[in-house]
Amino acid sequence: MRMLNYIVKRLMLLIPVLIGVSLIVFSLTRISGNPAAGYINDKMTPGQIQQVYEKYHFDEPIWTQYVYWAEGIIELDWGWSKTAALPVTEAITLFFPATLELTLVSMLLAVFVGIYLGIGSAVKRNKPFDHVTRVVSLIGVSLPIFWLALILQFFLSYQYSIFPYGDRLDDIYYINKSIPNITGLILIDSLLIGNMQMFFNGVKHIFLPAMCLSFGTVAIVTRIMRNSMLEVLNLDYIKTARAKGLNERTIIWKHARKNAMIPTITVVGLSFGGLLGGAVLTESIFSWPGLGKWSADSIREFDYNSVLGFCLLIACIYVLVNLVVDVMYAYLDPRVRLE
Amino acid sequence: MTDDNPKKDIPNADKKAIPEAKVPERKAKSNIFNIEGLTKEIEPRIRELKSSFLLFRENITAMIGLVLVLFIVIVAVCAPLICPPGLGDPMDMPKDIKPPKKPGSDGHILGTGHHGADMLYGIVWGARTSITTSLFVVLTGLLIGLVVGAIAGYYGGKVDNLMMRITDIFLSLPALILAMAIASILERNLQNMMLALIIVWWPSYARLIRAQVMSVKENTSVEAARAIGVKKSSILFKHIIPNSISPLIVSATMDIGSVVLVAAGLSYIGFGVNSGYAEWGRMISDGKDYFMLPVTYYGTSYVAWWVAVFPGIAILTFAMSFSLLGDALRDILDPRLRR
Repeated sequence: MRMLNYIVKRLMLLIPVLIGVSLIVFSLTRISGNPAAGYINDKMTPGQIQQVYEKYHFDEPIWTQYVYWAEGIIELDWGWSKTAALPVTEAITLFFPATLELTLVSMLLAVFVGIYLGIGSAVKRNKPFDHVTRVVSLIGVSLPIFWLALILQFFLSYQYSIFPYGDRLDDIYYINKSIPNITGLILIDSLLIGNMQMFFNGVKHIFLPAMCLSFGTVAIVTRIMRNSMLEVLNLDYIKTARAKGLNERTIIWKHARKNAMIPTITVVGLSFGGLLGGAVLTESIFSWPGLGKWSADSIREFDYNSVLGFCLLIACIYVLVNLVVDVMYAYLDPRVRLE
Repeated sequence: MTDDNPKKDIPNADKKAIPEAKVPERKAKSNIFNIEGLTKEIEPRIRELKSSFLLFRENITAMIGLVLVLFIVIVAVCAPLICPPGLGDPMDMPKDIKPPKKPGSDGHILGTGHHGADMLYGIVWGARTSITTSLFVVLTGLLIGLVVGAIAGYYGGKVDNLMMRITDIFLSLPALILAMAIASILERNLQNMMLALIIVWWPSYARLIRAQVMSVKENTSVEAARAIGVKKSSILFKHIIPNSISPLIVSATMDIGSVVLVAAGLSYIGFGVNSGYAEWGRMISDGKDYFMLPVTYYGTSYVAWWVAVFPGIAILTFAMSFSLLGDALRDILDPRLRR
C-alpha cells in the first residue's frame, strides 16, 4: 500500500516536469524563426497560407499559442516530419521498435558484462584481471562512441567482412518482405515464428551497434559494481557466511552479488539517458533505421518538428525510466524510506 | 582508480607530512595586520597542501593524469611554435586541396586529411579549441550552478523548491539530446554549441552544490559564526561555499573531459564548426568518408584511415587525462576519504 502511494505521488510529480519540458520545447519551436515555415511550401497560394496560420493559430498571442500547441501534443498532432515524409507521431511509431531493440540489447549486454567484470575485478583485486578491467573501463568512459563505431565498422565489416554493414537484416529479407511484424523487435519476432536463420542474421546485424552503444555503460557499471562489491565483501554477514563454511562461489555469486547490485541498478537507470543520446550517433553510423538515425537526418535537413518531437519523446521515456528505477530501488532495498 | 590501497599510502604520508594530528584552534575572526595570527591560521592549510601533494606524487594514475593534462595544455599554448599558422585565421587548417597523403610524406608527420589539410596542425590547434570550449562551458556552468545551488541550499523553502524544480526539468533530458534540441534551432557555430552545452551542464552543478551547502550549513563552525553575528551573506560566501566546493572541483575536472566528448558528438552530427576548422569532432566527421572510399593518388590506391583515427586518439587522450586527474583529486581533496 505504501508502495502504491509512493508511485502515485511520484507520478503526480511528473506533471510539473513534463509541463516544464513542454515549455522548453515549445519555446524552442518559437525561437527557431517562423513556426509556420514547416507547413508552408512555395506552391501554396496566400489563401492557403492564411489557412495554415488559422489552423495552427500562429497569429494569436504566445500563451494562447502554447495552449493550442499543448493540446496538439496531447491529441498526438506533433507536426509534419519532412525527413520521414510522415506525421511526426507516425514516424515515431515507425522508427521506435528499432531503437527499442538496440537500446534493450545494449542495456542487457552492459548489465551482464559490467556485472561480471565488476565482480571479477573486486574478487581478484589488484591482480592482472583487475588492472586490465580498470584500464578498459577508464577507456570506456573517455572514448568517443561515434569514433569507436567508425573504427569497428571499418575493420570488422568493411575491411574483413565479419559483420554485415548497416540495417537490421540482410537485404534479401527486405526484398522478400518476409519480416514478421508482431512486436516490431526482429530478434523476438523471428523467434516467435521459429525462423532461426533470420534470428541469427538479426544477431549478426545488431552485434556491432549494440556493442558500441553499450561500451560506455559497461565501463560505468563495472566501476560501480566493483566498488559496491568491495564494500559488501567487508560486511559482517559475508564473514558469517564464510565462518559457516560456505564455499566462496556461493558467497560471491549469491550472497554478496545481490546486495552489491542495488547501487548498480540506479546507475543502469541513469545511463539509459546516455544510451538514448548515444543511439543518435551509433544509429547514424551503422545506418540502423531507428529514431536516432531519423533525428540525426532531421538535424541535417533542418527539420525542427522531428528533432523537437524526438526530444519530447525521449524526455517522457527518460522520466518514466527514472521512476521505474526509483521504485525498483525501493523494492530491492527495504531500508529505503518511501517519502 | 586510486581508492585501492589505503594501507600502503597513508601511514607513509602520515609519518612524513602530518606529525601531529591535533587540530589547531581557529580564531573566529582573522586579522590581516596580525602576521603571527595569520601564519598560525594558514599553517594547517599549508600542511594540508603539503600532505596532499605528497599523496598525489605517490599515486601513479594521478601523476599520469597530471602529466597528460600538462602535456595537452603545453601543446595548446605552444601551438604557434609547433605548427606555425599561415596568413589567414590560424584555426583554419592549411590545405592543398589534394587527396589525403600518408603519414610521414612531404613533411606531414601525421599525413594529410580532408582537402589535404595537415593532420598534425589540426590536432595541435584542435587542442586549443577543446581546452577553450570545455573550460568556458565548465566554468560558466559552474558559476551559474554555484550561485543557484548556494542560494537554494542556504535559503531553503520556496526559493529552494522553485529552483530545484527548474533543475529537475533540465535534468529530465539526456545531455546530448537537450544540447541537440537547443543547438538545432540556433545558427550552427562554435559559440552556439557552447551555449547549448552550458544550458545542459549547469543544473547538475546546482544540484551538487545545493546538497553540499545543505550539509555544511549544519556544521558547528557555521553555527558559531552565526552566534557571533556574522552577516548572512558573508557566512554563505566565506564559511559555507569554501567548505563545500571540493566535490565541485572534482566533478568539474572530470566534466572537462565529458564536455569535449559531447561537443565532439555534436560536431560529428553537424553542429558546431564548419569543415576545415581545427576541431577534433569535425575532423573525424570529415575523415569518416575516407574509410569507405579508397583514394587514388599518383596511381596508387589506399584507404586513408588516419584521417579519422588520429583526432579520435586525441579526444580519447584528452578525456582520459582529465578523468584520471579528477579521480585523483577526489581522493586527495576529501580528507575523510584518505585518513
